[in-house]
Amino acid sequence: MTTERLGRIAWMVGLVILIAAPFVGLYPIFMMKALCFAIFACAFNLLLGYTGLLSFGHAAYLGAAAYGTGWLVKSAGWSPELGVIGGTLFAAAIGLLVGLIAIRRQGIYFAMITLAMAQMVYFVWLQAPFTGGEDGLQGVPRGKLFGLIDLANDTVLYFVVLAVFVAVFLFIVRIVHSPYGQVLKAIRENEPRAVSLGYDVDKYKLLAFVLSTGLAGLAGSMKTLILGFATLSDAHWSLSGEVVLMTLLGGMGTFAGPVIGAFTIIGLQNFLADRVGSWVTVIIGAIFVVCVVAFRRGFVGELLAWQKRRQADKP
Amino acid sequence: MEIFGIPLQAFLGQLLLGLVNGSFYALLSLGLAVIFGLLGIVNFAHGALYMMGAYVAWIGLEHFGMSYWLALVVSPIVVGALGLVIERTLLKQLYKIDPIYGLLLTFGLSLIAEGILRDQFGVSGQQYAVPELLQGATNLGFMILPNYRAWVVFASLVVCFGTWFLIERTRLGSYLRAGTENPALVQAFGVNVPLMVMLTYAAGAGLAAIAGVLAAPVIQITPLMGSNLIIVVFAVVVIGGMGSILGSILTGLMLGIIEGLTKVFYPEASNIVVFVIMAIVLIIRPAGLFGKEK
Repeated sequence: MTTERLGRIAWMVGLVILIAAPFVGLYPIFMMKALCFAIFACAFNLLLGYTGLLSFGHAAYLGAAAYGTGWLVKSAGWSPELGVIGGTLFAAAIGLLVGLIAIRRQGIYFAMITLAMAQMVYFVWLQAPFTGGEDGLQGVPRGKLFGLIDLANDTVLYFVVLAVFVAVFLFIVRIVHSPYGQVLKAIRENEPRAVSLGYDVDKYKLLAFVLSTGLAGLAGSMKTLILGFATLSDAHWSLSGEVVLMTLLGGMGTFAGPVIGAFTIIGLQNFLADRVGSWVTVIIGAIFVVCVVAFRRGFVGELLAWQKRRQADKP
Repeated sequence: MEIFGIPLQAFLGQLLLGLVNGSFYALLSLGLAVIFGLLGIVNFAHGALYMMGAYVAWIGLEHFGMSYWLALVVSPIVVGALGLVIERTLLKQLYKIDPIYGLLLTFGLSLIAEGILRDQFGVSGQQYAVPELLQGATNLGFMILPNYRAWVVFASLVVCFGTWFLIERTRLGSYLRAGTENPALVQAFGVNVPLMVMLTYAAGAGLAAIAGVLAAPVIQITPLMGSNLIIVVFAVVVIGGMGSILGSILTGLMLGIIEGLTKVFYPEASNIVVFVIMAIVLIIRPAGLFGKEK
């Protein structure tokens, strides 16, 4: 069987599992949270996996949209769909500002700058009057989608989140396979060469950054609707680290990798939370170290490499 | 006496506090720059090493009655030895691949260190008493100078310029600088580059630990103190550019002072002023104040 056919089958199976999830007793809040982080990791992967830019402050955009949507829905009384769109655009706008500054340096400096800018955004949330400081923004209502569908029901909301996830996923697949996506990969492989071919790489990188931050924001907006609150931990640097780990563990530069990574890490955290206390951080750190030293291709990357080897062995 | 409507004592007090913070920025960005120069690794764990330096001093005092002065020697040795192990077992494997992996690995290491210390000591801050010799304050006439803070600035400057001298003015330092430029060639001349790399990381870790011990009496010792600081130090490094030792020291001190002054005139912005300056510097001079355009 070819890799492509195997991939298609894997996708169908994955989608069926996700559709069946609420009916087989998987805790819907957990599934929705995991899907949000899957969106987040996919958005991050567009930048790291396909453009080769390590943004080390991606929580800033998730947090910005989480607060943005929370404020729009709760205080301004917007409907959930407009609140999500507003939050997403807010995150993309911050992404544009940070991106304009960060793309002025390459490589490792890019990571340091995005981390520093994210920390700045974090301090702004810490002091801004509408975020509720240390307590966070609590009691955000879910409301009615398009004024018709009541989102208070977890199963209904789950399918909305799933639909958003599938849309984001297909959108990213489309971007990567488009001519634009090919240029991004060219930048990842060899930036000076892309420049010499006449591409305005800064423009391409900036657009990728804004797209990625906007989609990260979408994840944050959905998260606020699901959980009903937005807190400082949504914007904290430790979350920025976690999304890197999700992508790395699942396999950066693959479509399925970030999704699998997000479910693994969120599931692991959920499982460990009441069992080991602050050792969760230690375990996450240890996975990080192991991934970097011995498992840089991640689950999906290893699988693809194995499949390739197997086919190469065939006569 | 007043300056811009601020009492002189308050103004000078914040200035000194800024200088103290600046000393820590200088010590840490110096270590980061040296490690980056030779290893090509942005050492996120630098914050954790600084934090561990403070904890070694605190644990030493609490459990073994180790004096502050002894801690200033023991802590860098303990943390430096840990650095040695980290370099030999983990970092060594990353020299030939993309530098982002070095950042991610050291990030993972910080999480491990923070998690373990949080489990042992909780998140609430620990106090470390100011050593007897440096307690109290000196009245300079125009201001009351707390002795310990003056000592921190003095000691940091001595360590910083000692490091500068070692790297820029000695034979060992010339090997180090040559190793930064072209490790293969230096190795061909018979210098043991892997050993040098290992000792450089250990020395960088030791510098961070010294900063940790110096900081212990003036701050709350918590497991998170390192990561919060290292992010600011990253911004300092971006502002200064990692090319120059003296540049790192000056940038660190300068930003500490600016931060201190912001606390006087516009306290709400004191947390973010360093990041704002970073953004401005990146717009005007992307390579950093002392960096070279490549």
